[in-house]
Amino acid sequence: MTEASAPLLLQVQGLTVEFRTRGGLARVLDDVGFELHRGETLGVVGESGCGKSVTALALMRLIAEPPGRITKGQVCFAGRDLLQLPESEMRRVRGNRMSMIFQEPMTSLNPAYTVGDQISETVRLHQSLTRSAALQRAIEMLEAVGIPAARQRVHEYPHQFSGGMRQRVMIAMALACEPDLLIADEPTTALDTTVQAQIFDLIGELRSRTGTAVMLITHDMGAIAEMADRVVVMYAGHIVESGTVRDILQDPRHPYTKGLIACAPGRRTTVPGQPLQEIPGTVPSLLERGAGCLFADRCAQVQPLCRQSIPPLHTLQPGRQVACWMQREGAST
Amino acid sequence: MTGTNDPLLTVRDLSVHFPVGGSLLGPRRVVKAVDGISFDVRRGTTFGIVGESGSGKSTTALAIMRLVKISAGTVALGGTEISRLEGEALRRERHRFQMVFQDPYASLNPRKRAGDAILEALNLMDVGAPTDRPARARELFLQTGLRPEQLQLFPHQFSGGQRQRIVLARALAARPELVVCDEPVSALDVAIQAQMLNLMLRLQREFGLTYLFISHDLAVVRHLCDEVAVMYLGRIVERASREQLFARPLHPYTKALWSAAPSFDPDARSRKDRIRLQGDPPSPMAVPSGCRFAGRCPHSVDACRDQDPPLREISPGHAVACLRVDDTGQMR
Repeated sequence: MTEASAPLLLQVQGLTVEFRTRGGLARVLDDVGFELHRGETLGVVGESGCGKSVTALALMRLIAEPPGRITKGQVCFAGRDLLQLPESEMRRVRGNRMSMIFQEPMTSLNPAYTVGDQISETVRLHQSLTRSAALQRAIEMLEAVGIPAARQRVHEYPHQFSGGMRQRVMIAMALACEPDLLIADEPTTALDTTVQAQIFDLIGELRSRTGTAVMLITHDMGAIAEMADRVVVMYAGHIVESGTVRDILQDPRHPYTKGLIACAPGRRTTVPGQPLQEIPGTVPSLLERGAGCLFADRCAQVQPLCRQSIPPLHTLQPGRQVACWMQREGAST
Repeated sequence: MTGTNDPLLTVRDLSVHFPVGGSLLGPRRVVKAVDGISFDVRRGTTFGIVGESGSGKSTTALAIMRLVKISAGTVALGGTEISRLEGEALRRERHRFQMVFQDPYASLNPRKRAGDAILEALNLMDVGAPTDRPARARELFLQTGLRPEQLQLFPHQFSGGQRQRIVLARALAARPELVVCDEPVSALDVAIQAQMLNLMLRLQREFGLTYLFISHDLAVVRHLCDEVAVMYLGRIVERASREQLFARPLHPYTKALWSAAPSFDPDARSRKDRIRLQGDPPSPMAVPSGCRFAGRCPHSVDACRDQDPPLREISPGHAVACLRVDDTGQMR
């Protein structure tokens, strides 16, 4: 369902976010850029601390300031640069044109209000609906996300729902205003396998019905394979590779992407009981960065050049980019 | 990981029932978290228990560790019936079976240096001569891929993966025969998870360890485990060798679980043979009569709601609890 020809919805350019910490200024996102078309699903993949969630929060303009600050960049969403909007305008975008679901459905819902109150609050904030019309909308949304007996359950509290059902409620709330973009930050990490599959099916089905674009943030290449049309791979605040889901999974170019795929158990090529391929070490601290490629210390193919300067994101073909010195023309791979 | 045929751990008809309520909130009820399960774990092998939330897999681990009260059944470790031991007798045997929990942040005392956490375990279980224990702690750190100078650090100075190594080092301090691991890699990032799984495999080979490995992650279970039991609502619904279970799952729940796992193949997305279960597992407080899976099962018939299917062997080592599976393993 790649919608390369669909109109451009989101264009992020040069997005840079810094956080002031006790140890100094940490650049959490560095010159991040990507595009998202209407109706498309973009997977954002990487380990913890690579800047995936910060990217999502920056798009929503939810970075706590201080300590954080968006220091550079543009977020063009449906023709407007969100970073230039006054907060009052931004509030009309958030939850309405662009909404977000989080990993923890327990902590994202208010335990003191019924789910119906919480969904209709979102609707009434953005659309001039009466209380009863908003409640009706909440019931429809609960039905749309597959909650049985929605008419009764709309009056129940979050604790009366299971984890999977709560995540459905979150999705219902996020989609109540038919946003153009749904950002899903690890939406199934806390859920069981069979429930995860239900939630993925649901997001896919709603996407094809409403044309909502989805940005799926995950560390799980399996989830990427299930859901994404295109993928960006993030490492230490940078995009290190981007391409279609087939490009990334079947022909990964960056050693980090290759490592992320190879270290996952359960693929057809892994032999049970035999050592998995490892990416040694961990993501470098945001404060201790040398001059070279940030992945150099964990990379098996590191060359002297890699230690000297950061490889820029190089376009291999339209929509296919990689930031690795070993992928430049003339370099042997 | 060939192992021997000699079972190290023998679990028979194990049940753990928790009473709840019995106050203003309502009548006294019983949660049947684990309800009559049996299995053997061969020495030097890894036995996996896979299931979703509420299946009873973690309670099984805690019961074997004697950290919750066993309501019925027996647990024997190499001929010692540990389910009968109490007090000092139980404490003396504890060094033989140790546990690694899911959350490496919650399993270490934040105010205690990593080295002291290991020393405490050595002291409590009275391992070796007191003067040899610091050397043993250094050795454990090296074996688990940590550096001896890190013994002086506090837990917050370690990453999640390193903390899980400390927890593993502490579990191995007393040279246990059985290590019970409850979702030991679930809280870790993929890259760190691979490091930890490789470490567990290496330690198993080096020290002949036996693992009981609890997880909801099929890919990890498939990678690590020699034999696997699938649990659903307090019961084992299928038990087999890894090869049998993944090549030929028999129980409708196992099939659904396998089919729900992501495939890593974007071309397999639209495949038609997917089984999608409806709804959530029922609460263990209100276990349905008959087969516990019948309400969500695409193959259930009226008989499934009346009869509680026993776990029966279809082929050597492959057992399933389903009325609809015939003696050749086909759906009736």
